Amino acid sequence: MVSRHNLSHTFEIKGRDFIKAGSASINIKEILRELGIDPVIVRRVAIASYEAEMNVVMYANKGEMTLRLNPKVIQITLEDEGPGIENIEIAMQEGYTTATDEIREMGFGAGMGLPNIKKNADMFELKSTVGKGTSYNIVFYLNSKGNS
Amino acid sequence: MTLRELAELLEAEVICGEHHLDEKFERAGASDLMSDVLAFGESGIVLLTGLANAQSVRTADIIEAKAVVYVRGKKPNKEGIELAKESNILLLSTKFFMYKACGLLYSREIVGVRNLK
Repeated sequence: MVSRHNLSHTFEIKGRDFIKAGSASINIKEILRELGIDPVIVRRVAIASYEAEMNVVMYANKGEMTLRLNPKVIQITLEDEGPGIENIEIAMQEGYTTATDEIREMGFGAGMGLPNIKKNADMFELKSTVGKGTSYNIVFYLNSKGNS
Repeated sequence: MTLRELAELLEAEVICGEHHLDEKFERAGASDLMSDVLAFGESGIVLLTGLANAQSVRTADIIEAKAVVYVRGKKPNKEGIELAKESNILLLSTKFFMYKACGLLYSREIVGVRNLK
């Protein structure tokens, strides 16, 4: 059992690397599971981080995702270097996508990613600068029952 | 239904994860779109898909699916199979098309994921 205090892990994500895509989120899931976190929360964190990770792989050049944990919250932050999002409000709508055919062939790009992060998280902040990149701040409360 | 009965019903080949065959399951979901699987998939389901890439295995792992059944005779590539072995997931491949595979499961009282609210 690892201490739940001040746990922090950072994962590098490479854009266009479809072979490794998702491996950081699988790692996060394993870490949380080994810590004995409620499986319902682990699943929500894993889904949200996987969606965010896939966004970096699909749209950005690279990104850095960090898992932080304290006795009250699990936090996933992600900073990517990429094209950014022009209109976050529109990007958050279900079904809105700018995916290429290649991305769709991978089974993604249905415009469900960002709404699904929001659905699984207790708090989700998204900031973006066009031409620079996007940052995600996704928070899960350990004492919550969740909303999915 | 056990996963072994599922394999027999769909005349499926076991690609990896044979040791899971005696486990039971009650629900299944079918999609080629991993975005939908992530949004609507449930823990413990059998996932039927025609998308045979490594992402189908990672998505199944993330949602904690019991098994993945590839339809239309598809099989994941070596990377996908290695990933499934690492993640300890049962992979099956059936020659049946999606419609028939789902119909057979439904006729044996395997229900789908919960409807949208």
